[in-house]
Amino acid sequence: MKQVVSFIKKEFYHIFRDSRSLLLLLIMPVALMVIFGFAITNEIRNNNLAVFDMAKDGASQKMISRFNASRYFDVMYNVNDASELERVFQKNIASLIIVIPANFNSTLIANNKAQIQILADGSDPNTATSLTNYASSIISDYQHDLMKQANTPYQVTPLIKMMYNPELKGAYTFVPGVMGLILLLISTMMTSVSIVREKELGTMEVLLVSPLPPLLIVLTKAIPYLLISIINVLTILGLSIFVLNLPVQGSFILLLLESILFIITCLALGLLISTASKTQQVAMLISLLGLMLPTMLLSGFIFPVENMPAALQYVSKIVPATWFIIIVKSVMLKGLGFASVWKETLVLLSMALFFIIVSVKRFKIRLQ
Amino acid sequence: MNTLKVLLRKEFLQIFRDRFILRIMFLVPIIQLLILPLAATYEMKNISLSVVDNDHSTYSQKLINKFTASGYFKLTDYSATHVQGLHAIEKNQADIILEIPLNFEKILINESKAQLMINANAIDGSKAGLASSYAGTIINNFNAEIRETLIQSSKMNASPSVEVTYSTWFNPTLNYPTFMVPGIMVTLLSLVGGFLAALNIVSEKEKGTIEQINVTPVKKTTFIISKIIPFLVIGMIIFTIGLFISRIVYGIVTVGSYATLYVFAIVFLIALLGLGLLISTYCDTQQQAMFIAFFFMIIAILLSGEFTPITSMPPWAQVITKFNPLSYFVEVMRLVMLKGSKLTDVATQFFSICAFGIVLNTWAVLNYKKTS
Repeated sequence: MKQVVSFIKKEFYHIFRDSRSLLLLLIMPVALMVIFGFAITNEIRNNNLAVFDMAKDGASQKMISRFNASRYFDVMYNVNDASELERVFQKNIASLIIVIPANFNSTLIANNKAQIQILADGSDPNTATSLTNYASSIISDYQHDLMKQANTPYQVTPLIKMMYNPELKGAYTFVPGVMGLILLLISTMMTSVSIVREKELGTMEVLLVSPLPPLLIVLTKAIPYLLISIINVLTILGLSIFVLNLPVQGSFILLLLESILFIITCLALGLLISTASKTQQVAMLISLLGLMLPTMLLSGFIFPVENMPAALQYVSKIVPATWFIIIVKSVMLKGLGFASVWKETLVLLSMALFFIIVSVKRFKIRLQ
Repeated sequence: MNTLKVLLRKEFLQIFRDRFILRIMFLVPIIQLLILPLAATYEMKNISLSVVDNDHSTYSQKLINKFTASGYFKLTDYSATHVQGLHAIEKNQADIILEIPLNFEKILINESKAQLMINANAIDGSKAGLASSYAGTIINNFNAEIRETLIQSSKMNASPSVEVTYSTWFNPTLNYPTFMVPGIMVTLLSLVGGFLAALNIVSEKEKGTIEQINVTPVKKTTFIISKIIPFLVIGMIIFTIGLFISRIVYGIVTVGSYATLYVFAIVFLIALLGLGLLISTYCDTQQQAMFIAFFFMIIAILLSGEFTPITSMPPWAQVITKFNPLSYFVEVMRLVMLKGSKLTDVATQFFSICAFGIVLNTWAVLNYKKTS
């Protein structure tokens, strides 16, 4: 036991003496939380709008000021000639152009009908769809005013309730994913690299000749990272509760236990990677390219899993973070209990066991 | 000049002897480019809908049909009660519940107005917003039809109406991979550039081989250049493969000129390699270098506008994007590949990236010390 403690101590010295990395280990969650909490949102707002007003009459002015007043658009640019339209998109001046034909007002009065054209820059489909939606609702509001019949007969109105996140804050979507990403990074990447480092520098040999069983040697390397990860979980939860005003609806203890389970899964994965790689660069590339991008893109962190093609949905099932994100969303944001997440918990648990068993089998006591 | 040649030979030998890294360097970007654009989509097609129909009338049936026929919603189940519907949301089986109250049809006809209830799971706020706006449109259409059948339509045409026609440019089918592929290429290029370069000098420090370089008369600038060129070559090969994949697999025809793209890619990669080398000169171990590089890269990727629009960010974050080489290159890739912008259109971005390249590389050279 004393030996184990001194091995853990040694590992802590490694970490504390590299103060830059330690600082980053502790700052990274904060930076990411701030970015995700405040900067990253897939809501589309403050978009630049260009107007090609060929009418320049009262009705068209009214329409334009309506766009300007909405919180989604800023009229940034007036197009004067049709040949300019493409340049507006090519120079990224605006993402949407409203084209109001000549004689807009008089056509509207004479024919009771007039046309407006909306040109969207489809190179960003998400923005294009949302902006077109906003624009058409602004135009239909305008139309409503034109009709001046507030009491349209036979009106069906939907009462829409946004559950769990009434203000549609982006943080709700991202916080669970950020937790998954940071834990994966610190637990998996740091552990695997720190083990492989000893191999590469030759100090592993020194450790292996010590009286401690080889497996314990490796486990003692994981423990400091377990502790740092737990600190990170607490930091993230603290920030999301106090800075982002995200509630923890369910049990805090359950959330913490599930996080620890996820950390253990990641640590086990780190051990597995370390048994498979000879140099730090290899370990790092596997964790980084093989884990970070899939975790960011396939786990449902940024992009919803259910929109993906069926084959990728299966792939997302083998990404541990996918399950952790479901658990965090259920417990933290929906306030559900263990009964609703036991399946996901079981999946994480069996992943952890699998990684541990495989890495124990692959672990070599002898150096080549 | 001769020194540089020798140093370059050494670097290339080193890279080619580590077959594993070499394979990873090429295979991973290719695989990721083949898979990730398919995953990175905000396109909402299969919003799971759970219906609580308390009315069971012709109208309620008609409304439900409208929802399922729209193509946005996938009817997953009929819940008998409100509570059961909420359960479906809790279990992630439904994203949105449409609840039709008892006597919906009767009330609509007798009282001339009726209400529907929609509950959306808003944890993913943008999805919920989009789903409810689709639902709103469908309900409006349904409403208009009902109105037409109930009132003989003559009266409705009397009020002036504005017709809207839409056209979408550059990507008329609103295909998501078309948008993501140029961005993902930037990420892959920066991962190769930033990370491998960051690890390179440090790994020589850690192994002690840097001492051997330090005792030679090799100039600092020559040394840094010899580190940059091999990665630049590899990066350009990856970039070319990426362009091939985007043309063949995703059918993205580059509208603008390839020359513009390559000029940008080279300048961008030099800037990124400079950043990597700079990190490398500051660090003592690979672990440290990797971690610092990771810290900068992830922030740079997230704030590059690749996944979420820069215009939606708060002002302070938009200021940060001005100091992020990735945000310029992501914008330029999309402008040139999808919209055919010319070098003159993106001159600002070009000079900005050039400035990054000069500053970062000079800094790296200055900070690399041959004496300890």
